[in-house]
Amino acid sequence: MSLSKHKLQLVFWCGLLAFLVWDTTKAPPVDLRNEPPLIAAGSGKASSGGHCAIAK
Amino acid sequence: MKRLPLSLLLLVFFIYLSWSVSIRQAVLFAVGIGMGAALAGARFGFTTGWRQLIEQRDPRGVAGQLVLLALASAFSLTLLGQYSELTAALGPPSVSLLIGAFVFGLTMQIADGCGSGTLYKAGLGVPLNMGILPLFALGSFLGSVQVGDWLTLGQLQPIGLVAEFGSMQALLITLAGLALLGFAARLWVGPGRAWWDRKWLLGAVALAVLATLNLLIAGQPWGVVYGFGLWAAKIVTAAGLFDPATNAFWSQAGNAQRLSEMVLMDITSITNIGILGGALWVSARAKSDSQPLTATQWTIGLLAGFLMGYSSRLAFGCNIGAMLSGISTGSVHGWIWVPLAFAGTLIGVRVRRHYKL
Repeated sequence: MSLSKHKLQLVFWCGLLAFLVWDTTKAPPVDLRNEPPLIAAGSGKASSGGHCAIAK
Repeated sequence: MKRLPLSLLLLVFFIYLSWSVSIRQAVLFAVGIGMGAALAGARFGFTTGWRQLIEQRDPRGVAGQLVLLALASAFSLTLLGQYSELTAALGPPSVSLLIGAFVFGLTMQIADGCGSGTLYKAGLGVPLNMGILPLFALGSFLGSVQVGDWLTLGQLQPIGLVAEFGSMQALLITLAGLALLGFAARLWVGPGRAWWDRKWLLGAVALAVLATLNLLIAGQPWGVVYGFGLWAAKIVTAAGLFDPATNAFWSQAGNAQRLSEMVLMDITSITNIGILGGALWVSARAKSDSQPLTATQWTIGLLAGFLMGYSSRLAFGCNIGAMLSGISTGSVHGWIWVPLAFAGTLIGVRVRRHYKL
């Protein structure tokens, strides 16, 4: 592995980690009492996540 | 980094997610790791498979993709018929889809990676794909901001085969469509070609199982692009450069909620992070085979990555969200996506050859 590639990899992972840390500290805390079901199928709760196929 | 410390890091993150976010997100992270390991371990590249079919008349990659689509369809369409909580990847047939899929197919060849390909190659440490990822995210965000305007050019309501015909008939229609694609590939490559490759088949089976797990656990099919757009939207909004309340897409209740809550709560984001982690784990023992690029090649590749992000939003998904998840959950938009993206790819492989990428 060349040094420049290694450095780029380090920058990439540090950037991703920094983003996740920044986002976690900025966002409101997760409501752990209102956790989504472990398995959606059969839970009675419709999925409410975002997906690339949605137009809105 | 070696595999043991990497495995421990991934385990620590899994425990953190279980403890501080939700067990579902932790399990989806594990599913994402599996996806990344399968993609990187088998080098299951949708872009490469199409290119090998066009340039070398080698059908092995496309055969692997057809097996993946058939297996994922068999699992997903059956589940969609059983559980009302599960949703299909339904995108609207539209002018936006036609243009977006064509441009995506073209640019993915130049960038040498679709949505999942960019992710797993970035995880493997391929420099161009690591550089492309933030631009892909920015393009995906801009695409989501403008997708409402593109839809005014003309659209139909999304069409789902399960809702129209029931799950069994939807599966038969899907398998017939896949057989037709296989027949077209057979006509193109001619007789005497090897069709099956262990690597592609193992990758196809693993990815079909993991995509089905994603559907069962999350309640929605596997996606990649939405997560990227969300990441960029969060940064641009926090920088004061964008007001989501004034935008048709980001002012929608669901999108606005995901913009305000922790990114680790988002389904596509968590599997994307898992894919990066899984590919990084594979990279600990994989040989590095990326060639150094010239400044022109970097510029063309990064521009293609940006356009790929933008066009994937217009096309309502990439190879994963539109093609794999669309077709395997019975969405007609997935069937429109494939020929348009393939037409774009026919040009993309020539551009790629011109710039010696």
